[in-house]
Amino acid sequence: MTYQVPKFRNPSLPRNALGYTKADYEGSISSLCAGCGHDSISACIIRACHELSIAPHKIAKLSGIGCSSKSPAYFLGKSHGFNSVHGRMPSVVTGAAMANRDLIYLGVSGDGDTASIGMGQFIHVIRRNLNMVYVVMNNGCYGLTKGQDSATADQGSASKKNDPNPFNGIDLPALALQSGATFVARSFSGDKEQLIPLIKAGMTHRGFALIDVVSPCVTFNNNETSTKNYDYVREHARAGGIVDFVPMRDEITTRYQPGSTYEVTLHDGSVVHLHKVAESLDPFDRMSAMAALDEHRRNEEILTGLIYMDMDSTELHEVLGTSQRPLNQLSAADLCPGDKVLHNINASLR
Amino acid sequence: MKPLEAVNDFVIKFANVNGTGSASANHLFAKALFRMGLPVCPKNIFPSNIQGMPTWYEVRVSEEGYLGRRGGVDIMLSVNPQSMPSDIQEVEPGGYFIYDNTKPLDRHLVRDDVTTIGLPLTQICSDQYKEPQQRKLFKNVIYVGALAALLDIDFAVLTALVSDQFKGKEKLVLPNIHALELGHQYAQANFECPIGIRVTRSDKVGDKIMLDGNTALGLGALYGGASVVAWYPLTPSTSVIDSFERYAKRLRIDPGTGKKNYAIIQAEDELAAIGMVVGASWNGARSFTATSGPGISLMSEIIGLAYYAEVPTVVFDVQRAGPSTGMPTRTQQSDILSAAYASHGDTKQVLLFPSTPKECFDFGALSFDLAERLQTPVILMADLDLGMNDNMSEPLHWDDEREFDRGKVLNAQQLEDMTQFGRYLDVDGDGICYRTYPGTHPEKGAFVTRGTSRDEYAAYTEKGEEYEKCMLRLMAKWETIKEYVPGPEVFLASQKTDTAVLFFGTSEESSREAVDYLVEDGIYLNAMRVRAFPFDKEVEEFLHSHERVFVIEQNRDAQLRTLLMAEFELGPDKLKSVLCFDGTPISARNIRKQILQQIPGHNITPLRPEQAADDAGE
Repeated sequence: MTYQVPKFRNPSLPRNALGYTKADYEGSISSLCAGCGHDSISACIIRACHELSIAPHKIAKLSGIGCSSKSPAYFLGKSHGFNSVHGRMPSVVTGAAMANRDLIYLGVSGDGDTASIGMGQFIHVIRRNLNMVYVVMNNGCYGLTKGQDSATADQGSASKKNDPNPFNGIDLPALALQSGATFVARSFSGDKEQLIPLIKAGMTHRGFALIDVVSPCVTFNNNETSTKNYDYVREHARAGGIVDFVPMRDEITTRYQPGSTYEVTLHDGSVVHLHKVAESLDPFDRMSAMAALDEHRRNEEILTGLIYMDMDSTELHEVLGTSQRPLNQLSAADLCPGDKVLHNINASLR
Repeated sequence: MKPLEAVNDFVIKFANVNGTGSASANHLFAKALFRMGLPVCPKNIFPSNIQGMPTWYEVRVSEEGYLGRRGGVDIMLSVNPQSMPSDIQEVEPGGYFIYDNTKPLDRHLVRDDVTTIGLPLTQICSDQYKEPQQRKLFKNVIYVGALAALLDIDFAVLTALVSDQFKGKEKLVLPNIHALELGHQYAQANFECPIGIRVTRSDKVGDKIMLDGNTALGLGALYGGASVVAWYPLTPSTSVIDSFERYAKRLRIDPGTGKKNYAIIQAEDELAAIGMVVGASWNGARSFTATSGPGISLMSEIIGLAYYAEVPTVVFDVQRAGPSTGMPTRTQQSDILSAAYASHGDTKQVLLFPSTPKECFDFGALSFDLAERLQTPVILMADLDLGMNDNMSEPLHWDDEREFDRGKVLNAQQLEDMTQFGRYLDVDGDGICYRTYPGTHPEKGAFVTRGTSRDEYAAYTEKGEEYEKCMLRLMAKWETIKEYVPGPEVFLASQKTDTAVLFFGTSEESSREAVDYLVEDGIYLNAMRVRAFPFDKEVEEFLHSHERVFVIEQNRDAQLRTLLMAEFELGPDKLKSVLCFDGTPISARNIRKQILQQIPGHNITPLRPEQAADDAGE
């Protein structure tokens, strides 16, 4: 089924610095189950992009396969999208980002798409520090194939029709930290206040930004015995770092208690205000972030918020030394050395 | 038996141990003959190993200009005791066996129909050099010096080559020339030089160059405007990327900033390499990967996505012997079917079949025009023989007036002027629709590229009729593709005939030579070289206008013949097979023999595939 979004919009809707209303960032109507966490995440992406005043067509949204990966159709209708194949979004977005460094790349994936079939590509896109935001809509199960456990399901957690999961669940933020990720966050689809600033900070971060979003599956994995049901996540989530994102052009108004607040200026001049909640976490120290994740896990808590950020991150284009001009804008004159050079090459081959 | 006599027409084979530096010495030998104006065709037959296994290097010299493998060995130069027993067996009756006689030749091996020439190479090296490394490396150079005397090679050509080879490392020039002299003097002093087989200067090379197909492919991609390269190391394709990078470092640096006008990513595997190519091409950069059969298997998933979502994609497949890991350092043309129908569901992929380094360059650059014009994967099918051996080739040429054909891509203004954009709307009736790059226009032209079924406006649909419409349009596009891909080449016999041969890629030279041989047997054959899939009308007419067509190819299953039968709905009677799949390039003598076996009145023994393997070395 395809749905049409009604064209009528209230003319008094607030406009951002580019004159766009929030509606300009919406997509077609979701075909996901009513109450799906993924739709809440889509709504946060819409708000984050609107509030950041990014022109919608300057974002490219890419995904793999699964419920999560369908969602890019439901936001940013003016952006190009690429719903690729299962587990391969990281490679497709890598190629795309190499071709044009001027766009913002938003990858959307799920726990099956990332932690199982796409595990190899996930690790390697982190390793290369590709300049992108990678959102995992993490519900611990395979929805489209009717509720099998995924690799992020916690050990002992039981979804609607399965026995308790006997295997260790993969913790994506921990894995990302170990793989060298330069921005690692976790959030909950039910916590917009936390998630929206995280998306904004991730989009502004230069390099790879992982946002693992626990997003309950209302159909197959929202039962009492699951550790990814709405109530469980709400009760067990513990914010590590709370982020307040202030774009470059806005005045900084928020005030936190001194001593627990960091002001991080991003490369475009935007400011991330980071308010530390968890005692044990220093979000600018990778070891501290890993230890905090581990500690919360042992306490059966879910550490959320900004977990780690490397302010001196060097993204892939900088590592490779590619030209500032996007490679897809180079002309034949830039690319083709011409016959005279070939003449010399011929001479060297005689 | 009378020793063979020949001037400028023979086959010499070197038997070495790999990892000893023999390939560069053997290359020096071949290049010296090339500089004397002689057409040469060197083939390196090497193991999948770094050090210690047998390796061979065969050089065909032909003043007549035959550049394929002839079959048979007139001179064997063997410095590998491990392979000596079989090496001496390979020599043609009347031929020459040159070997390191520091250890005497096993008496059982001696053949009375072969002239043996002993060079005490190990002894000379032990006397001359202290370092084990020097003893190992110079042994090869010494035998090249000896060959110069035995075959009458112009010594000045060799010394000039050494000077060229070590430009920038001048300290190495004199020791190498000294080693050449050691061999030369020994041969002069101990044998009657030249032997029955020798060379003289000629002028049959003209302005030709010597290079390997992979270097040419790398250059073709560079000239074709590729700017995003993604790859995973895989023999025998790796040197395509080496070549691209080597030239890009020189020719693709932005003069103002010193930054690179290209990006090369060594991917984690072939799945990722092809994903990156598709992502970059989708986003408007020219992009390619190079791989071989095992990579094609892995890439098939995303090749299917690119076919269905209609994303330009360029893949260079340098084929090797399969299945599975197969013989990774031996040549075959055995990915034809897996490439032509790569991926699940109904798919058909565009294939290009270059047969020379020049064509690797031309087709390499053309791949990008075709992929973007046709919005589909283009798989260029080279092979190890073409890719990794130095081949004599026409010089490379680029028309400076030529512009890249970027295909049907709408810019911001065109979108602005449009009332309705449908990504998969067949506006022109040729099956090729208009696409847009991300970020082109703030309001128009955005769509979701997907591997799921979609309607003409790129919206997800599960309506059977919409799906069918799309699949039929892709077939209509397939017809359009036939107008764009390189057509076949035809070589008509000097007499009217109803029998023909059809070949492609690296089988060309040996096939054409075999056709010449067969004239001496009273058999006249028209010949066609196909250069691309889909096959066009001309191929179809050629097949229909002959009673019998021998399809010559280097695989077991007659894959191109299968493809011809499937595409033209031909019965099996018309198309006969000539096959070679032992991992070495097909030879002219082998082709002649297999054709004679299948022509009534010459030899009616039916061909069995296993015979082809047994005879392939011929």
